[in-house]
Amino acid sequence: MSTSSEVTIGRNGTVRVRRTLRSPLYTLISAPIVIGLLSIAPWVLPAQLSTTLTNFYILVIMATMWNLLAGYAGMVSIGQQAFVGLGAYATLYFALKGINPFVTIPLSVLVCALIAVPVNYLLFRLRGGYFSIATWVVADTAMIVIGTVAILGGGTGRLMPGLQNLSPTQTAHFSYLAAWLVALAVVVGTSLLLRSRLGLVLSSIRDNEVAARSSGANVRAARRTVFIIAAAGCGAAGAVLTISQPFVQPTSVFSLQWAAEMLFVSMIGGLGTVEGPIIGSIIFFALQQSLQQQGAWYLIIFGSVAVVVALWQPRGIWGAIRDRFHVEIVPVGHWVESSAPPRRWPRRRSAHEPTVPSESPDA
Amino acid sequence: MTWTNVVIQGILIGGFYALFACGLSLMFGVLKVINLAHGDIAVVAAYVAVFVTPRVHLPEVWAFLVVVPLFGLIGYIVQRTLIQKSIDRDPFTTLLVTFGLSVIIENLLLEIYSANGQVVNIGSLISRSWHPATIVYISYVSLSVLGVAVLVLAFLQLFLSRTGLGRLIRAVADDREAAQLSGANYRHVFGIAAAIAFATVALAGIAYGMMTQFAPTSGGVNLLFAFEAVVIGGIGSLWGTLVGGVALGVAQQIGAHINPQYQVLAGNLLFLLVLAIRPQGLFGKKTALA
Repeated sequence: MSTSSEVTIGRNGTVRVRRTLRSPLYTLISAPIVIGLLSIAPWVLPAQLSTTLTNFYILVIMATMWNLLAGYAGMVSIGQQAFVGLGAYATLYFALKGINPFVTIPLSVLVCALIAVPVNYLLFRLRGGYFSIATWVVADTAMIVIGTVAILGGGTGRLMPGLQNLSPTQTAHFSYLAAWLVALAVVVGTSLLLRSRLGLVLSSIRDNEVAARSSGANVRAARRTVFIIAAAGCGAAGAVLTISQPFVQPTSVFSLQWAAEMLFVSMIGGLGTVEGPIIGSIIFFALQQSLQQQGAWYLIIFGSVAVVVALWQPRGIWGAIRDRFHVEIVPVGHWVESSAPPRRWPRRRSAHEPTVPSESPDA
Repeated sequence: MTWTNVVIQGILIGGFYALFACGLSLMFGVLKVINLAHGDIAVVAAYVAVFVTPRVHLPEVWAFLVVVPLFGLIGYIVQRTLIQKSIDRDPFTTLLVTFGLSVIIENLLLEIYSANGQVVNIGSLISRSWHPATIVYISYVSLSVLGVAVLVLAFLQLFLSRTGLGRLIRAVADDREAAQLSGANYRHVFGIAAAIAFATVALAGIAYGMMTQFAPTSGGVNLLFAFEAVVIGGIGSLWGTLVGGVALGVAQQIGAHINPQYQVLAGNLLFLLVLAIRPQGLFGKKTALA
């Protein structure tokens, strides 16, 4: 996994650029163990816990997508529930047509991506906060339109067909696996995306949009791509949601609460990092499980923490840990190692920031 | 004749949207902040009018006498603390913080006052209406709200164009650095703008409570309508906001007349249509566009 290259910069001589500071062996050994353990979890863990884990994965998917939108591309969408809902309803629709529920997941993802194409052209006419509220208008419109379609259950909702011939245990196991595999695909896909050329552009937008533009990054095109990817990802979350809790209702799948959860989770965990949304989701579920009896208080507390984090620790919990200890679980940036003058290394500020010119000689 | 009534009802409700939206418009114009908690502040004002003002032996009809100045003060304080702190970070943070506030306020209200609908009790005034033609009913409450909206907008326009403080606000809105160099304390000016925005939205919240039932979740819907009114009318134009509110109200009433399910949808479609063919709005400048 570790790639290192040598680049000559000015008088300082050569600079070594590396993906990660630790040996790739750690990843090669630990990743299969973690993936294997989580794949057999529903057969080992109590049913209640694996249901919670399923919901956790759904939140991880949404938060990872939201983080890509806001943390990297700088678009604060409060209407991502539009695609959660559309994904859920696309799944319902295909299942009503007699397609196996698990096969419908990629189809629903495709539907959401296709819908996102015209939507992004409309939304990109606005910027900043106006963009944010416009995304909400889109979500609201989608909810109302879906609510008028009788075959999809109208405003009262409809039960997802195609799962009734499975036993409850089987349904739980399969929906766990679906959620887990989609979450895995989304997180791995996001990491690969961030290591690609587009990821480099995104990281440069995150760090300094003006500098990114002036270095020739096509910010708008990158944003469009990210918007469509995030729509597809949220659609996948909606599809998994439909399979795991098979009653689909407009007011619940299009709920603004999804947007609130995505936002809080990414903010607390750490915007602009791959690990942040996952850590935020863990904290969220820990809080939600422990405050279960107290109604909406978990959301109030979580929201307050998110506001405090946004004001005083904008890189979130993971950002703070990474800045302090220089660790990365998922390496997506670059570490710059200067060979010439002896100095404290790695440098505090810029060590983990992607170095645009040195990474891609073709830029 | 039915359609006349539909249009009249649309204009009446449009006045309310404009009243709700002018604070949003002002906050964006001066502070460059979109306050995503705007709608929830209105709802809090309505709750204060219902649950707190009776304790100080004031009839709910007159609640605005206390609530509006109170919210002006709250607006100044919230701006000088939370919102200023987030402006100092970046515009992105203001969105996160105000959305966080919105969710916190909504769920706090839900925990304290439950999801039950409430109304601001104004006695028999609620049912009285003017009846100029066979099927045209003009409710006195809605008519008063429209009147108040026009008054507030006229007052704001005069205040911004004629007074020293208004000029200061416009100067800061146009070029903050230049105003600062000339000795303006922009933080204080931001506070004043936020105070006006909070005061007008508190008034709108009480008006909403007089016209219809409200619940902790009413804020979000109204923020959407207010925002649609601002974009349809044109970002940065106060009178445009009134026209936008009226256009939105009429569209919604026409939709509702065709099928009650289509009320909100018709408004949203008008908004998306304006966004598609005239993104700067009916009277707007191109400043808010990407």
